[in-house]
Amino acid sequence: MTEPVRVSLTVNGTRQTASVEPRMLLVHHLRDVLGLTGTHVGCDTSTCGACTVLVDGESVKSCTVLAVQCEGAQVTTIEGMGDEQELHPLQEAFWEHHGLQCGYCTPGMIMAAADLLQRNPDPSEAEVREGLAGNLCRCTGYHNIVKAVMAAAQAGDGGRIPEPAPPEGADETAQTFAHGGLGA
Amino acid sequence: MSATDGSSGNGAQHVGRRLRRKEDPPFLTGRGAYVDDIEPSGCLHAAFVRSPEAHARVVSIDTSAALERDGVEAVLTAADLQIEAPLPCAWVPPGVEVKSPEHWPLAKDVVKHVGDPVAIVVGRDRYAVVDAAEDVVVEYDPLPVVVDPEEALCDDILVHESLGTNKVHEWSLGGGDIEAGLAEADVVVERQVVNHRTAGAPIETRGVLADYRGGSLTLHTSTQVPNFVRLFVAIDLGLSEEKIRVIAPDVGGGFGSKLQVYGEEVALSAASRKLNRPVKWIETRSENLQVSHHGRDQIATVRMGLKRDGTITAFHANIIADFGAYLMLLTPVIPSLGAFVMSGCYKIPNVRTDITGVFTNKMATDAIRGAGRPEATHMIEVCLEQAAAMLGIDPVEIRRRNFIPKEDFPATVATGMTYDSGDYHRTLDRLLEHVDLEAFRAEQAALRERGVYRGVGLSTYTEICGLAPSRATGPAGVGLQTGLWESALVRVQLTGGVTVYSGTSPHGQGHDTGFAQIVADRLGIDPEHVTVIHGDTATGPQGLGTYGSRSLSVGGEAVARATAKVADKARKIVAHALEASPEDIEVRDGKFMVRGVPDKGMTLAEVAGAAYIPGDALPPGMDPGLEDTSFYDPENFVFPFGAHACVVEVDVETGKIEIVRYVAVDDCGRAINPTLIEGQVHGGITHAIGQALFERVHYDESGQLVTGTFVDYALPSAAELPSFETDRTETPSPVNSLGVKGVGEAGTIAASAAIVNAVIDALRPLGVSYINMPLTPMRVWEAINQPQVEEAHA
Repeated sequence: MTEPVRVSLTVNGTRQTASVEPRMLLVHHLRDVLGLTGTHVGCDTSTCGACTVLVDGESVKSCTVLAVQCEGAQVTTIEGMGDEQELHPLQEAFWEHHGLQCGYCTPGMIMAAADLLQRNPDPSEAEVREGLAGNLCRCTGYHNIVKAVMAAAQAGDGGRIPEPAPPEGADETAQTFAHGGLGA
Repeated sequence: MSATDGSSGNGAQHVGRRLRRKEDPPFLTGRGAYVDDIEPSGCLHAAFVRSPEAHARVVSIDTSAALERDGVEAVLTAADLQIEAPLPCAWVPPGVEVKSPEHWPLAKDVVKHVGDPVAIVVGRDRYAVVDAAEDVVVEYDPLPVVVDPEEALCDDILVHESLGTNKVHEWSLGGGDIEAGLAEADVVVERQVVNHRTAGAPIETRGVLADYRGGSLTLHTSTQVPNFVRLFVAIDLGLSEEKIRVIAPDVGGGFGSKLQVYGEEVALSAASRKLNRPVKWIETRSENLQVSHHGRDQIATVRMGLKRDGTITAFHANIIADFGAYLMLLTPVIPSLGAFVMSGCYKIPNVRTDITGVFTNKMATDAIRGAGRPEATHMIEVCLEQAAAMLGIDPVEIRRRNFIPKEDFPATVATGMTYDSGDYHRTLDRLLEHVDLEAFRAEQAALRERGVYRGVGLSTYTEICGLAPSRATGPAGVGLQTGLWESALVRVQLTGGVTVYSGTSPHGQGHDTGFAQIVADRLGIDPEHVTVIHGDTATGPQGLGTYGSRSLSVGGEAVARATAKVADKARKIVAHALEASPEDIEVRDGKFMVRGVPDKGMTLAEVAGAAYIPGDALPPGMDPGLEDTSFYDPENFVFPFGAHACVVEVDVETGKIEIVRYVAVDDCGRAINPTLIEGQVHGGITHAIGQALFERVHYDESGQLVTGTFVDYALPSAAELPSFETDRTETPSPVNSLGVKGVGEAGTIAASAAIVNAVIDALRPLGVSYINMPLTPMRVWEAINQPQVEEAHA
């Protein structure tokens, strides 16, 4: 097995450096190494989109890329979009329009929607449906998700990607050795 | 559309409101806590070694290479786990023989389907155990495989040699005289309706985290039924129930597939006990499609007899139900759920369902959203629409001629069920306000001139839900070896907020919000100050979980009843403190007020103060505290109903179907929160669209699963669907004080027939009279190009 390598990402504005197995998927790096469990895994085939995050501002299925491929990249996850005190317009719209039930697809759906609205701030319903075709939901029938994304677009700023300026010296070096078997 | 009529009751302030969900903020911000998000220190990970064969003897298992891998702690087989009892099947119908093989969490000698587990690898991280599982060398001696249920009934190849047959059971339910009813008919529609095998496919797969320490087990599992899991894990491990705490944390959807006691739950618990470490297993999607139970898989020969005027004289369904290789928790009773409502919303004097269960070398089937009732509705509604075409009667009119009229309710039908309430004409009327059929027919004819094929299909349905009542479902009734009541504990805190403990176990439905609305009205507080706790066997009273559209009509009623007891005590305290009579205390403007006295009252916090800090304000002799528990077992099921219409356009060159419109009018009794109802209806319809057009669990003739990923098992995406149009009527249920029914499954129960009927309506001019689901472009194209001969008997 290959030796661990250092990978340095800026995640939600904070620089995070860790040693990981070269084969580690970005989604497992985010979840298991950095503790950002808002990004979910729903399939093995990059079909469901539950793991969608933004890498350098573009939506990526984080089960499809290796952490090491993202060296130096800016990664935005659901945790970076807004918090309960200050929800992102998409989060607010999903809440208002009942765009979630079990909540499992929601983070990926919101990240994919942010990417869509960033590229197309005023999409038609068909464009929203097409734009979210890579994200599966089993609960909502998409009806209220589409409504929420349209509402966020109407409200403006739905495609905003928060870029919190990291405070000086905020770099964190994650200790990855909780997963002792990784380098085996 | 979001209209309704009927008030939501009793001058309620919160019940009936479109309150946005209390549970949402953590989910929106990535702070949900699903099983895989929970990891105690020292946690080990597990991967299962599963059979690639559909039927084989396990000759040997060599774990040595796997054990040599760094990070691997153990490789466990059946012999290592000390499991004392096999996995449960909870249905023992009185007077019916059900052949039930032993089913162990890890296969002992013979594997019976692809994915049957033979070993668990446990190690320090999830990548290492997957690698090591590949290193476990299992030698299999393949045995003959039977996949087709009709072939299986010939017993040439046996799934379980020791049983001597593949036939699981025969079970019938009905009333009247089918043959006499058919003899009396002027026409008989007869067809084979295949309701194919599907997967629940929640976006969160299953996950189990077992932590055994100090003689007690804490089990986090992605389940709909933590109490059933606790009971059977206790039995299987030889532990006493109170030593086990099962927690369903945030659960990412279930759709019936997590209404189960799975071998992995038992095996992980046993592994944790053996290794004295927490052990976690997260199901991969491939595993989920392979070994989370499937649903449907029925082949039905149905006959509907009608008079020339459209009156239905008889309806008979003869069902072969493919149960797969084992009987799991509810496997054999699922088709029976459909039999209870095999007359749908129609007055049919002669109805019968005959069910034959059969083993095959496939994963077990069990409850998937609707569980037996979508199959029943589909059979009835496709036959009725065909009958209408044959008799030259309008599809609306033929339904109206057969509806049970509202004055007949409560209506006892031929199957023996007593439908609680209904007004079928009203939901159909409301549907037709939204869908102008006359205009559609004109448009349809004009489009056909241009070679564009559009069709409209109807489905009017009723279903049976709110599972409960124990006397009907239990050992002396249908034969489930459990009660099906529900419970709630309502506790007013000293500061005036309320904690509700429910025995239900939601996975997306919105119980926190709906239950809070019920409590808030009865105690004069804001729903914001009600917290609902569920899914944890260590808190609150015993409960039975969430399935069968039961949480509101059974669990919610338990909440209402416990709240009423608390309110009664509060009234006594207020009456004492304010020198009034308890009967004169009412909840008004957020307070317990003396009737007729505008400003004399107490807030719930003041009442709680009197109850928890006893002094002069507490009536002499009254015990302190302000909480109560209710166990509620209803007298009857509830029977939601509705009318759905679907408009499709079929590309006759390619067979591709586009859903142009979908309109649903549902009646689930009184609405607690219309927004939540609509969400359930949208999801339910989509589940049925998935089955009708895209999804199919498919095994090849050697028993290999060929739809093992989301690439092959096609869930509908947003791009394949329209927005839905939904509306409601409100016909209260007399069964419970809330007047509510269930709505979680209704959309799925109604929709597949509406879609198929629409496609047939579009293609009828081309000689197509029926296509079995899923209506893939290939099947539709074939039907168009090989027109069927109508099989009516005059």
